[in-house]
Amino acid sequence: MIVQAILFYIFGTVAVACGVLVVSARNPVHSVLFLILAFFNAAGLFILIGAEFLAMILVIVYVGAVAVLFLFVVMMLDIDFLQLRSGFVQYLPIGALVGLILLAELILVIGGWAVSPSVPTQAPVLTAAGGVALSNTRALGDILYTRYLFGFQVAGLILLVAMIGAIVLTLRHRADVRRQSISAQLARRRAETVEVVKVPLGAGSD
Amino acid sequence: MANFWTGYAWPTVITAIEVVIVVVPLLLAIAMLTYAERKVLAFSQLRKGPNVVGPFGLLQPFADGLKLLVKETIVPSGANRVVFVVAPLITFTLALVAWAVIPFDPGVVIANINVGILYLFAISSLGVYGIILAGWASNSRYAFLGALRSAAQMVSYEVAIGFVLVTVLLCAGSLNLTEIVEAQRHIWFAIPLLPMFVIFFISALAETGRAPFDLPEGETEIVAGYFVEYSSMTFALFYLGEYGNMILMSAMTSVLFLGGWLAPFGVAPFTWVPGPIWFALKIAFVLFCFLWVRATFPRFRYDQLMRLGWKVFLPFSLLWLVLTAGVLTAAGWLPQR
Repeated sequence: MIVQAILFYIFGTVAVACGVLVVSARNPVHSVLFLILAFFNAAGLFILIGAEFLAMILVIVYVGAVAVLFLFVVMMLDIDFLQLRSGFVQYLPIGALVGLILLAELILVIGGWAVSPSVPTQAPVLTAAGGVALSNTRALGDILYTRYLFGFQVAGLILLVAMIGAIVLTLRHRADVRRQSISAQLARRRAETVEVVKVPLGAGSD
Repeated sequence: MANFWTGYAWPTVITAIEVVIVVVPLLLAIAMLTYAERKVLAFSQLRKGPNVVGPFGLLQPFADGLKLLVKETIVPSGANRVVFVVAPLITFTLALVAWAVIPFDPGVVIANINVGILYLFAISSLGVYGIILAGWASNSRYAFLGALRSAAQMVSYEVAIGFVLVTVLLCAGSLNLTEIVEAQRHIWFAIPLLPMFVIFFISALAETGRAPFDLPEGETEIVAGYFVEYSSMTFALFYLGEYGNMILMSAMTSVLFLGGWLAPFGVAPFTWVPGPIWFALKIAFVLFCFLWVRATFPRFRYDQLMRLGWKVFLPFSLLWLVLTAGVLTAAGWLPQR
């Protein structure tokens, strides 16, 4: 148990430290890298509580996809770091206010947390009918696709709409660009493209 | 204190020994793969390939390694030192850590975790960091262009790989790699899921940045892409990482589609050969296909690459996923566990 405790404190400390560094790092690329490290430590914490599915999904989705795009954008920005720092004192009160409000909300939510009375509070929550322990992937699937099916579908639809919106915003057709039409290329026959002409000497073909 | 020894210390020591048992042959295999690549390419082009160092040139990879070892490591003056050195380390480490979950025989695996396939997917999706960080930290136009190409390419093909994995999961009914292999005892998934097998193979080429999808390197346009500025051991780590990833992807292909350690037919002469040998043979076959493709096809243009990933593979794998789910449900073949 002691090793788990030590690991917990390592992951927790590094995650919090990374969180601080994300905000305080001078170079935005370094900020993103610290963010990625923070994600990793969060995944480590998930593994410690036995939620290996969530840990892997966190790494795949956030580190493998979202953070890559983050990094992608941040790297290409041309940022003047000094200018970025200049408004720090000016924005401090607003930032502090937002932080305080979020903190108060978190305290309210966690303080008023109540586990559903139908669920036993201690460990053996995830057992199948025969009393066999379920893997947490399966347990999550069971709950997500039966009890919370609607919520799940609605969340998916919202994401789909957001995606379509982003595509519509950036889509533009330029008429002056020649595009490759692979189906047209593949559908071509020899007769349409090549003509063998017997050219008489000195006359030339048309 | 007895608890400490039996609970923590010995498992750690045993795991460390297992890691060595896996990693040393793996490094040897990487070295031999570089040799095999040059030989296969040479024979495809009616040349002899390396044949001077050692018998049949077999010691060529070690000569190359030694050469890289004694060269000078150059860090460009405008480069971000820490990130510049960390990037190849990331690439190489990721190519090795994924082997923790690969099963070589029933029960012969370093970590038999429940979410093995997700772990593999996570590790392979991290591979892009080594490249993108290298490109950024080099502070060079060519390297940066290579990194951008590579990031877009890997993110695109991951989507198709994800759908292929989900299809395999549906048929196997488990995220555990050992159980996935066991599920193929009657028929290898390569046969009922042939189109997905092909998509997975091609996406694996793109994911590892191999020809014909080696645009991140594209030596004709951007000299060598993300590792232009690297020399000596830092370059060697990239090189080893790339070949390690090839072997890893081949192992994934074998586990997911070619029945891992299972013999092709469950009858006498085939079952005499031990499982790990079958596994190695299958990996070698897929690797040969990697090299064969490189010797055969010209490089894609970047827009063709993107088109293939997003407009062909993604819709097709999505369709095949829905089809598989439908057939499994309609026929009542869904694996029960």
